[in-house]
Amino acid sequence: MKLGNLIVPLLIALIIIYGLVKKVDVFEVFVEGAKDGLLVAFRILPVLVGLLTAIGMLRASGALDALTSLCAPLTRVLGVPEQVLPLALLKPVSGSGSLAVLENLLTQFSPDSYIGRVACVMQGSTETTFYTIAVYYGAVKTTRTRCTLPCALIGDAVGLILSGFVVRLLFGVA
Amino acid sequence: MKWIFGLMIVAAVLFGLFSGNIDAVTNAAISESVGAVQLVVTLAGGLCLWSGIMKIAEKAGLTQKIASLLSPITCRIFKGLKKDDPAMQSISMNITANMLGLGNAATPLGLKAMQQLEEQAPVKGTASNNMIMMVVLNTASVQLIPTTVATLRLAHGSANPMEIIPAVLITSLLSLTAAVLAVKLFARRQPE
Repeated sequence: MKLGNLIVPLLIALIIIYGLVKKVDVFEVFVEGAKDGLLVAFRILPVLVGLLTAIGMLRASGALDALTSLCAPLTRVLGVPEQVLPLALLKPVSGSGSLAVLENLLTQFSPDSYIGRVACVMQGSTETTFYTIAVYYGAVKTTRTRCTLPCALIGDAVGLILSGFVVRLLFGVA
Repeated sequence: MKWIFGLMIVAAVLFGLFSGNIDAVTNAAISESVGAVQLVVTLAGGLCLWSGIMKIAEKAGLTQKIASLLSPITCRIFKGLKKDDPAMQSISMNITANMLGLGNAATPLGLKAMQQLEEQAPVKGTASNNMIMMVVLNTASVQLIPTTVATLRLAHGSANPMEIIPAVLITSLLSLTAAVLAVKLFARRQPE
């Protein structure tokens, strides 16, 4: 029994019990809320089709790989091992893609090695930025996003640079 | 957004032509659009479930409690929002779900918060400072337990799958701080 698996059912049960104690018609209210969820799904669909297709095409063209080799000298200066660079570049764009890269990295290098740890910290500490932006603005039909992308990418860049640094600080380079 | 979308597609096609990967680009265009629909269908179940559950929490008064618990932090980050604003409640629930690593629960709550923030936005169709802050909080989300990564580490024979938690926490807190500061700086320079 893992803690992670326990959180979800416990949370649902707690909320339902709390609702029953407060005399809420839990099923009626649940159905009403679920309808809202369906509307959200309906609204984000066209946005996701557009952006995920564009990202998929970009990945298939090899442009992302080219960008990786272009950035290699820069990351060497920052102390981030170049083997994790594809992960760093893919992570903001694709959640499933970066998970596949991490899986691949952990097969090549031990999860308890420097490279393995940096990759795990990177994967754990950032989100799929482009996907999140697409979904969130898609839901409210906002097209002028002003500084959202640059600010989000600043956060990603800081996470990427620090993941190497923090792992060295806590575990050493071994 | 139109430039990002356009640039990605044009770059993909041009790069595909020059590198000889154009067949793969063609396949990706078709399969990814199908994949996007599948993703939404997969998401729809979770969206409905968590919207329903959170509606119960809202009606029972649970969300107000959590919102007031988090208000010292959230009031400082989101300017011009009162503690009992409905948007503030959705924001607090979104942050809570994110920290617990419940991505599927966090998204519907976050989207609800976005809709409520959008109603207060001064210019329709343009992101307000609070909307930008909301999105950035979610692109740099802080997770207490990175369950997926820990599962992968365990599967690959790590001696201690959970040992990366402090490193993940430090890194994500610092990247979140950087992103929030960037939004704050921008908001000061460019009034809505």
